[in-house]
Amino acid sequence: MTLGLINANPIVHAKKERIARTEDLHGDDAVDPLDIYDFVRDIRDPEHPYSLEQLSVLSEESITVDEKLGRILITFTPTIQHCSMATIIGLCLRVKLMNYFPSHFKVDIKVAPGSHANEESVNKQLNDKERVAAALENPNLRQLVDECIYSNEL
Amino acid sequence: MAKSSSWVPHIEAFVDSSRSSSQQNESLEALASLLRNDVLTIELLVREMEMYLTTTDNVIRSRGILLLGELLARLMVKPLENVTVHSLIGFFTDRLADWQALRGALIGCLALLRRKSSVGMVSGSDARLVGQSYLQNLQVQSLAQHDRMLCFELLECLLDRYSDAVAALGDDLVYGICEAIDGEKDPRCLMLTFHLVEVLAWLFPEPSGPLASFAGDIFEILGCYFPIHFTHQQGDDFDIKRDDLSRALMLAFSSSPLFEPFAIPLLLEKLSSSLPLAKVDSFRYLSHCVLKYGVDRMGKHAKAIWSSLKDAIFTFSLQGNIFSLASDLPDTMGFEENDITKEALICLEKVILQNDGIFLSLIVDDEDVEMILRSVTISNSYNSLSVESKQKLLAFGRIIVVSAKISSSSCDRIFHFLFPRLMDILGLSSSSLSLECIPYGSPVSFGQLNFGAIYLCTELLAACRDLIVGSEDIAPQSVLMQVSWCCLLQRFSGPLTTFLSSSLVTSMKQENCDANIYSGVKGLRTLATFPGWFLPISKSIFENILTVFMSILTAGCEETLLWKLSLKALVQIGTFTEKFHDSERATSYMNIVVGKIVSSISLDDSSMPYSLKLDAIAEIGGSGMHFMLKVIQGLEEAISANFFEASSKGNLKSVEVLIPLLECFSKKVLPWFHKTSLFEDIVFHFVINIWNQMEANTTFNIGIKANELLDVTMMVMRQAVADCSEKNQGLIVQKAYNILSSSASFSLKEPMPLSIPLKTEGLQLTQNLQDFSCRDEWLISLFASVIMALRPQTCLPDVRVVLELFMSVVLKGHVPAAQALGSIINKLPATIDSVEVSRACTLEEAMVIISKMNLWSVNGNSSFRKCNVICKSVENLTDLDISANNNAMVQTNVLVGLAWIGKGLLMRGHEKVKDITMTLLRCLLSTINTELLPIQHGLSGNDSGQDMHPLVMKSAADAFHILMSDSEICLNKRFHATVRPLYKQHFFSIMMPILLSSITGSDSSITRSFLYRAFGHVISNTPLVAVITECKKLIPVLLDSLAVSSVDILDKDLTYSLLLVISGIIMDENGREAVTENAHIIINCLVGLLSYPHMMLVRETAIQCLVAMSGLPHVRIYPMRTQVLRAISKALDDPKRVVRQEAVRCRQAWASMASRSLYF
Repeated sequence: MTLGLINANPIVHAKKERIARTEDLHGDDAVDPLDIYDFVRDIRDPEHPYSLEQLSVLSEESITVDEKLGRILITFTPTIQHCSMATIIGLCLRVKLMNYFPSHFKVDIKVAPGSHANEESVNKQLNDKERVAAALENPNLRQLVDECIYSNEL
Repeated sequence: MAKSSSWVPHIEAFVDSSRSSSQQNESLEALASLLRNDVLTIELLVREMEMYLTTTDNVIRSRGILLLGELLARLMVKPLENVTVHSLIGFFTDRLADWQALRGALIGCLALLRRKSSVGMVSGSDARLVGQSYLQNLQVQSLAQHDRMLCFELLECLLDRYSDAVAALGDDLVYGICEAIDGEKDPRCLMLTFHLVEVLAWLFPEPSGPLASFAGDIFEILGCYFPIHFTHQQGDDFDIKRDDLSRALMLAFSSSPLFEPFAIPLLLEKLSSSLPLAKVDSFRYLSHCVLKYGVDRMGKHAKAIWSSLKDAIFTFSLQGNIFSLASDLPDTMGFEENDITKEALICLEKVILQNDGIFLSLIVDDEDVEMILRSVTISNSYNSLSVESKQKLLAFGRIIVVSAKISSSSCDRIFHFLFPRLMDILGLSSSSLSLECIPYGSPVSFGQLNFGAIYLCTELLAACRDLIVGSEDIAPQSVLMQVSWCCLLQRFSGPLTTFLSSSLVTSMKQENCDANIYSGVKGLRTLATFPGWFLPISKSIFENILTVFMSILTAGCEETLLWKLSLKALVQIGTFTEKFHDSERATSYMNIVVGKIVSSISLDDSSMPYSLKLDAIAEIGGSGMHFMLKVIQGLEEAISANFFEASSKGNLKSVEVLIPLLECFSKKVLPWFHKTSLFEDIVFHFVINIWNQMEANTTFNIGIKANELLDVTMMVMRQAVADCSEKNQGLIVQKAYNILSSSASFSLKEPMPLSIPLKTEGLQLTQNLQDFSCRDEWLISLFASVIMALRPQTCLPDVRVVLELFMSVVLKGHVPAAQALGSIINKLPATIDSVEVSRACTLEEAMVIISKMNLWSVNGNSSFRKCNVICKSVENLTDLDISANNNAMVQTNVLVGLAWIGKGLLMRGHEKVKDITMTLLRCLLSTINTELLPIQHGLSGNDSGQDMHPLVMKSAADAFHILMSDSEICLNKRFHATVRPLYKQHFFSIMMPILLSSITGSDSSITRSFLYRAFGHVISNTPLVAVITECKKLIPVLLDSLAVSSVDILDKDLTYSLLLVISGIIMDENGREAVTENAHIIINCLVGLLSYPHMMLVRETAIQCLVAMSGLPHVRIYPMRTQVLRAISKALDDPKRVVRQEAVRCRQAWASMASRSLYF
């Protein structure tokens, strides 16, 4: 096990302005990618005091929603190819969406194609119900995930 | 003289370091007051204290000296003899050498030196001795912070007050100060040291004096503070901010020209720092120093300064933020400057102001400027410029504006440098004369529209215009005419106008040239707003410009950017001509703009939508008084013409035109008059005009949309009358009354003596008013509107008749009449002292009339009997053989009337309102009154009789809404209502016990539901403060009434306002306890509202309340946690985004209560 940070020197991007939605009281407020993005952009990176947005792990374009079928697909890009934190990030995304989205949505979380060395295994791990549940049983992991989700450091 | 035994213990107490500090302070104050009251002399005290002042014990000696010093500091205004002062200062001067007892000596010296001459002050020679002793003995920087501060204060005091005496110390003084301030770090001391330097510079201004030799050293000490880096949080004990320090240092920097050789290089160096703060500060310091250091010294730095300024302005202006086209005002086009640019531009202004020759040549001859000029004008359209070029263009524009605005000569220079070149680029110079014959409107080929050049040109013109307008009173026109740029401008103004106009015409046809439009409009506007006496812009050009704008305005069929800007430009031109009393131009403006637009009201050209046209008219009218008068005239004509068409011929089209016309009149024009309140007569005539029309027109017939038109007309009538004076109001009322009484259907006669049974009359009236003709409805409605808007002092004709008339109309369900009744009751005087007004009526009388009338059958019993209103009117109407449904109608109408009358009474604080509310309550409680039911069964003769009761009860409950809510229509400040302060609170405190007890007392569910409704109306209109004091009792009932109201979709507004009351209680600190007690039921209720389908705001607020509830003590709310979380998870799927977002917050708040887990 290597000591120290996996990616010691990540590139930090500026936070984007939050777009205030135009008040449209009668409009159709369907769930859209921006909704989801607003939920997850502030999740903290497991090893740096920056948000996923700042590290460019996520972007609005990387989220797709199909409300008819009730599916959400999130594709995220780990900062480096062999990032062992990719699974943690994915787990955070899943937990946060699980908590704050109606349960009838089916959430798929994937790493962007070609952005990770073990792309396939990571994807498999993240979308396996049993393994997610098992991971959340682990108190250490649970604590790490909670810290990332509820962090006020940012 | 007091015995020594009485005060010596005080000295001992102070000196004894084992005593507590409060004891020491007490004895200090005691001694001070003895001295102040002459019970004790200072000489005696000193003699008695001798031992303490001279002992070799350091601690006791320092306490002793401190005591003497502190006492002197408290006796600043007590007269002392010069000898005493002399010997005291001598003593303290010596003690400055005594480092163990320094504090007392410093305080003593300060106290003595600060004395005013009237109470005996230190002599100059003594002060010099203090200075000498100070310089010899004190090592300031080795002292603690408080002592250092005292030292600096002492120095400051010496320099400020004994400057002549200490100036003689010369070099020693300057050197001593250098030594003292070197390396100071405490902000409080720094403020003093900066000031010391400033005073020092003022003391030794001569270039070969002591300061001159030490200038380098002093600046070395000062220079390291720049730029001030100060990270202290706010809220420190000492109230010093970074800005204070920075300002003090700036004053020190600029205090003497002797610092110039050191300061300017430092500032220039810091300008290249990457710290934005350093740049801002440097520019600020530079602007300040430039003026202080003088032309001669600054001359050699000019080049360096210009190049830093150039860098800063071109690099830092508008980073990332180019034309912010979102803003409507053309003036703010793209300029959200950052601090650096702003300071740099101020600095530029200062340096040019000081030495325009050098700086202007630097600007004009600069190669970079040349390059930028070329690069920004190289491409034609705005969109094809690179971001960098756009920035440069804007920055360049700023430089031009700043430098041209400074003086006539600078303007001349810049103008000559730039204007011909811009004209070249635009292709106007070569054929300047031939261009004039280009007919207006012929589109310029796109190639000529060089945005950069147009932009720079308009900026330049705007700057020149500002200069001229600003200097109007100083420079007579003859002088100005000799300035050569004027000739140049005069030569080009014609072609330029033509060019800009056609550029606007071109841009109308293309998309995405907002920037062009901005510049074009701005340029034309600037040309048109050169003052009239300024010849370059001739009258014909002015008129051309107006014509161009007008043609854009009238051609506009929707609200485009160009249209809006043109309108705005026209308004600005109008305001400008009005402001400068330019009669010639005002005439042109009046003819071309106002006249045309006014005449377009009646023209039926469909190119421009009517609402747009009206907007434009109102805006343009607002630009000046004369214009407004003309506009009013036009509007009035249009209104009366259309009114005639609509009312007599039933012309549908006129009705459609009239509604927006009247709306425009009430929303735009009347408020303008309300603001100026000068032209009351005009408003008066407008009203009289309408009434004349009503009078003349006997075949009144408006078909469709009549109600909408009536509403608008009533609104205009109310507002117009409210603006009139009492006298005019009196005339209007009289006129209206005459017209009304001449109408056949209203047989207005002198009121019958009150003793005659009113029953028959009531019947008569009811018969007469079987149905209104259209004209009658208009007459009575307009009359009611007039009455609503009257001032309290205006006297009404025949109050009794009017009251009876209105009451009879109220029975027909005419709400304005009810409102008018309320207004009359609200404003009638309580007493009348003059006999001559025989027809006037006091409030008491009016109330008697009303009570008699309203009940139709008081039967000699003046108090309101149980349901008299209802029962008796029912009885009467039975005779008339009206169906049961109509009965309910009449009853509800009576209730509405009662409610408005009650509101009038309530607002003036009259106690009769109690009677009315009791009547309302009885209606509410009447189902249990079985005696009423048989009557109804009897008269209706069928089962439907049961149905009308709820309707009546509902309107009785809603009457409380009328009573308590603020009305837009009448009975408010705008319409001169009498309002007693806190009337709502008062009513609330009376009503609540009654309502609460009747709610608990009632056993019928229907009754209770209506009681809840009434309760809801009362509580939701009461100020929250009053509710909170009672909230313990109220919360359960409030929740019940919320539950009742949330059933029906029609009650959604009531539901929402009740929910707001609850949320107010939850949020308030004082309601916390009651909320905690009732947490369970509140949460139950809120959870129920989470799925309220009719109104998003209700759901959102309910969730917000739940979030707030999660802050209550956990013991109370923990049991509800699961329930709340379950309900919230449904809200996560809400169709509205806002609700979903609130739900997430709420879920987090409730979930994190126990652990971070959301599982339950």
